[in-house]
Amino acid sequence: MPKPTKGARLGGSPAHERLILANLATQLFQHGRIRTTEAKAKRLRPLAEKLITKAKKGDMHNRRQVLTVVRDKGVVHHLFTEIAPTFAERPGGYTRITKLGPRKGDAAPMALIELVAEQLNPVTVTRPAAEAPAPAAPAEEAAETPAAEAPAEAAETEAKKDEA
Amino acid sequence: MAVPKRKMSRSNTRARRSQWKAAAVALVSCPQCRSPKRPHVACPSCGTYNRRQVIEPSA
Repeated sequence: MPKPTKGARLGGSPAHERLILANLATQLFQHGRIRTTEAKAKRLRPLAEKLITKAKKGDMHNRRQVLTVVRDKGVVHHLFTEIAPTFAERPGGYTRITKLGPRKGDAAPMALIELVAEQLNPVTVTRPAAEAPAPAAPAEEAAETPAAEAPAEAAETEAKKDEA
Repeated sequence: MAVPKRKMSRSNTRARRSQWKAAAVALVSCPQCRSPKRPHVACPSCGTYNRRQVIEPSA
């Protein structure tokens, strides 16, 4: 069972928070990237990613479940037909939050939340390349494995950075 | 309702306010344009984060 969110709701009441997050999700799928406060972006991310997961399944039941949050049929159609296929290979992490610093006026920390558009970096390709030389040269294994693992790890961290 | 019994002296007021301090903002140099920016935040002058264009430059 999901743990309830701690602290106050956005907008003051649970109903208002649901409305705020539904509107933010609609705008995100409509425009691809939206600028909002950090707190709202952080609350929006899990909701939006769950909606995209439903969109990737793509059947009528999931479409009806998404329609309970995103009320705009045009946006839901765009989500199911255009956004979901671009994420077919991506195992989660569909959105990216970049902090933009304090807003003029009330100094609220702002952030940009966007649908990740970049190609997914294939992480698995680096691993066989690192493991392949090790069985071929068992004598040099001790000398080679730390060097071979280091680039693989570096490549993995880079891939993670790109996804994040 | 609880109310103050005595007027607070200027000295006590100022002693309390002497603890109001502003902390300097941590800054790093942007890898793209070298201008100072806040860490983990997109550069306000060139609009990049991790060399990726995030926003339009403000200036």
